[in-house]
Amino acid sequence: MARAQTLPEEPVRAARRAPVLAFVRRYPVAGLAALILGLIVLAALLAPVLWTVDPKALAPTQRMRMPSAAHWFGTDQFGRDVWSRVVYGAQVSLIVALAVATISVIAGTLIAVVSTYIRWLDGLVMRIMDGLMAIPGILLAIALVSLSGASRLTVIMAITIPEIPRVVRLVRSVVLSVREEPYVEAAISVGTPLPQLLWRHVLPNCVPPLIVQATYIAASAMLTEAILSFLGAGTPPEFPSWGNMMAEGRTFFPIAPRIVLIPGVALALTILAVNVLGDALRDRLDPKLAKRTGGLR
Amino acid sequence: MLLLVLRRVLATVPVMAVVALVVFLMIRLTPGDPAAVLAGDNATLDQIQRIRANLGLDEPLWHQFAAWVGQLARGDLGTSIFTQLPVTTLIGQRVEPTLMLALTTMVFSILVAVPLGVLAAWKAGTWIDRLIMVVAVVAFSFPVFVLGYLLVYQFGISLRWLPTQGYRSPFADPWGFVRHMTLPALALSSIYIALITRITRASVLEVLGEDYIRTARAKGQTEAKVLFRHALGNAAVPIVTIVGIGVALLIGGAVVTETVFNIPGLGRLVVDAILRRDYPIIQGLILVFSLVYILINLLIDIAYTALDPRIRY
Amino acid sequence: MTDLALDVRGLTVRLPAGADRAHAVEEVSIQVRRGEIVCIVGESGSGKSVTAFTVMGLLPKGDLVPTAGEVLLEGEDVLKAAPARLRELRGTRMAMIFQEPMTALNPVVTVGDQIDEVLRIHTSLGPAERRAKALDIMGAIRLPDPERIYASYPHQLSGGQRQRIMIAAAMVLDPHLLIADEPTTALDVTTQAQILALIRDLQARRGTGVLFITHDFGVVAEIADRVVVMQRGRVVEEGPAEEVLRRPRHDYTRMLIGAVPGLDPEPREPVAGPVALETQALDKTYGAGGLFGRGRVVRAATDVHLQVRRGETLGIVGESGSGKTTVARCIARLVDPTSGAIRLGDVDIARLPERRLRPHRRRVQIVFQDPYRSLNPRRTVGASVIEGPMNFGLARDAALARARQLMELVGLSPDALERYPHQFSGGQRQRIAIARALAMEPEILIADEAVSALDVSVQAQVLDLLDDVKRRFDLALLFITHDLRVAAQICDRIMVMERGLVVEAGPTHRVFTAPEHPYTRALLAAAPGRGFGFGRAA
Repeated sequence: MARAQTLPEEPVRAARRAPVLAFVRRYPVAGLAALILGLIVLAALLAPVLWTVDPKALAPTQRMRMPSAAHWFGTDQFGRDVWSRVVYGAQVSLIVALAVATISVIAGTLIAVVSTYIRWLDGLVMRIMDGLMAIPGILLAIALVSLSGASRLTVIMAITIPEIPRVVRLVRSVVLSVREEPYVEAAISVGTPLPQLLWRHVLPNCVPPLIVQATYIAASAMLTEAILSFLGAGTPPEFPSWGNMMAEGRTFFPIAPRIVLIPGVALALTILAVNVLGDALRDRLDPKLAKRTGGLR
Repeated sequence: MLLLVLRRVLATVPVMAVVALVVFLMIRLTPGDPAAVLAGDNATLDQIQRIRANLGLDEPLWHQFAAWVGQLARGDLGTSIFTQLPVTTLIGQRVEPTLMLALTTMVFSILVAVPLGVLAAWKAGTWIDRLIMVVAVVAFSFPVFVLGYLLVYQFGISLRWLPTQGYRSPFADPWGFVRHMTLPALALSSIYIALITRITRASVLEVLGEDYIRTARAKGQTEAKVLFRHALGNAAVPIVTIVGIGVALLIGGAVVTETVFNIPGLGRLVVDAILRRDYPIIQGLILVFSLVYILINLLIDIAYTALDPRIRY
Repeated sequence: MTDLALDVRGLTVRLPAGADRAHAVEEVSIQVRRGEIVCIVGESGSGKSVTAFTVMGLLPKGDLVPTAGEVLLEGEDVLKAAPARLRELRGTRMAMIFQEPMTALNPVVTVGDQIDEVLRIHTSLGPAERRAKALDIMGAIRLPDPERIYASYPHQLSGGQRQRIMIAAAMVLDPHLLIADEPTTALDVTTQAQILALIRDLQARRGTGVLFITHDFGVVAEIADRVVVMQRGRVVEEGPAEEVLRRPRHDYTRMLIGAVPGLDPEPREPVAGPVALETQALDKTYGAGGLFGRGRVVRAATDVHLQVRRGETLGIVGESGSGKTTVARCIARLVDPTSGAIRLGDVDIARLPERRLRPHRRRVQIVFQDPYRSLNPRRTVGASVIEGPMNFGLARDAALARARQLMELVGLSPDALERYPHQFSGGQRQRIAIARALAMEPEILIADEAVSALDVSVQAQVLDLLDDVKRRFDLALLFITHDLRVAAQICDRIMVMERGLVVEAGPTHRVFTAPEHPYTRALLAAAPGRGFGFGRAA
């Protein structure tokens, strides 16, 4: 909640570092989102023991079965068990989300920090970032995947590269504003060398917005992966990714919509949980970002 | 004013240069042999060689770049491997449905999202605000193709109210256009509406905390005028900015939406190109879409000066 | 018909739960007659602004709630007024001007339109009549070329002009009550004098009652007919201005008035120590170049020669944009000077690259203006204080031992080292910042507006501390300030800067008693409460 007006009185500073429980109490919806996400992660980890069968196993005699005790979500056009494929599909989405968020945050931070402190590099790097941002991310990813062939690694890299400029811009803006803070100038005048200056005084300010940004990137990466798979330029078809399931089920949609809708809803639910969590983290960790962007960058 | 526009136009040149360079280098720096990848698993050496020649990969890098830039300058985006037609021709055939889908979505989204965002900011902290924000985050999280299929299922298959496949030109069949466009535009606009609503709320809320809002109230101004005249006027720049940035989302979303609703636009061109490994088409479309994105954001940059007298480039 | 413009009776305003006290203001009674200026004076947290906002009905919704009392605006209780009635009263019967003229005007609307807005809301005049009336009031506030300014946007005007526009919009419908919330605090002293004169003049001619909120006794002495002193939400003293200023009855009032430094410094012995710092022809130019030749060039500091000896305090005095802070930042090498020399002893550090500069950094330390931003909020006070000595190879234990001694020296407990900055008040943080600087055992200490953000009582203590450490460690103290009173109290010599140039320099006593440059004379003449003679009793 933003205060509508501020009176020029001494500000009352809120206590820092609330424990997890207090966080959940303050953001109950986020608590629910965290629970759902936790269950999805758990399902992905425990996939082999969650009453699943081999998600790639074809069974021509069992095609297009309706949900039953044997096949909770029914079977698809090749007779594969939809429940098993959805559970294993979670693995694909979560791995992509985690990998893309981690790589893009680390790479983006490095690029931003180095370029803000090396003057001649700064202009060049920012022009490259502007150029990369001008290319629609999905098309860039499609091109990268179609050039180097579909593998899980190429998909991850193809999704990561368009995300990097956003991280660079975020870190850069934090670094540039923190650099002007008197406490950073005070650290300079007590002779703190650049590496320590960055590590102690500048980078800690980047952590909260980066955590928030990383959750949004994770959500966006899952979405992009699904879109790429759906368009046929994503995770190789032998893996049961949610996007692949939807792509393969497309032709059968009028007669068996569940083949498309079940992975679709699983995907939407996962992304929703991550976004809600991101919003709550943002409100908690980075109220300024919340005001500036309304989140979701 | 003219000088200002000129300066902004010049500022887009390095961005376009970077885009061109990235696209050029992408195929050349990809590990492995892209020609072999593009040719597919069962290709003969001869086919691979043909693709390499088509893409100009068999010459020294500098020659390639010079030749390629020369081509671009002449408006030549290359030739499709599969159909042997110029990419520009193919794009020209498919551009109308995509343009119509994007425009419809954009206009609809702005008309819905801005009032919603202002309402949420005005009622900040109440259940109205919370409801709008929950709907926004849900809308943002539903992938456009999932939402698309849900809409197809509900309105096309269950209720049979609207057609779910294909496209009609508004110039030939206006009513058909509206009926065919409703579901795709609805699906595509959900993310865009969510994005703009959230930005509008956040920026109006921030402006409402400014001193000049208090001044307006101290003058005895009514809440409605405070909200629309003072708050929205000052929140316009970030809102317009996100509309511009959102164009990238819109382009990506259009590709998917066209696939779901079987609309013969540029998105379908991309998907067909992926299936046929027709790289020149993908490359050409990247250049065209990036150019559109840059131009829209250029227009928005110029619009800033009308929205905020403090901004002078 | 009574001549009371405002009658506040027993007003109590509740603070939200969890604040440091239950009520923002408690049983406050204040009366403002037509044609009279009443000053509410108090330090931060005294409740003076809350009182003003309550009268206007502009308290933040939900946070602060009036729970008792009446606020009678010419007999009508505004606390009981319906929102629509309250809107009717604002702008017509009561109006308000604020502290920050930079932010109080809508940046995307012309200022003429913002005056016009009041007329559109409250009158049924046609456009031509409204424009005539707006231009009329703009003439009355002595704005040059009203026609041009009418069509200007706020960012095209100076701070003083913007505050005049605020006054014009407030006074255009001749309200009987004008509330002014620190209207000159953000302005330079010469502008402040003009605005105060303008308010005085307008209110006398139009018979307006003015409720004037300020923390500055100089301003009180300048403008008030009556004074209300507030402390922690209560009125502790009130009476005619002469009476309260000359014969304060309450201890708190006495302390506040005693803490205001005088403008007539005693002559001081010249300091004979060795020269610690010397600049020669120091220049700093911002924004040179630019590909299209459109980069605006600002000469922030031009040809600055200065010399500070050990044990001496040199004050650099000037208004905003004078270049005083630029000089300080060049000397601390937080910005690179464009040309000239900065000598510490026999080393010229003006152009040393960072690697070779580092050993000399410890010799110059700086204390900044904003106590809330000068300590890293994520690190303990101890970590901040020992960082410098450890950079120069001191062992952690030794650095901590020294930090503990320094904490005592600056008047804090050594436990403070384990706590975080947000647990301290502004004055305490400034003490910590001084300790951090002293930990480096510097030769030169720069105080860049180091007491400007502090309340007057705290300010006096921090000034004493600075003076004390200067003596104790035989420091050369470079004291940057916009406040002539503070400069008079602490400086041995004064340098006056205007638009990047040093216009006058000399011993403090001489500069204050026999200023040579017209600008110095103008500054001194503009100092509020000049005729009153603060600091004599103290």
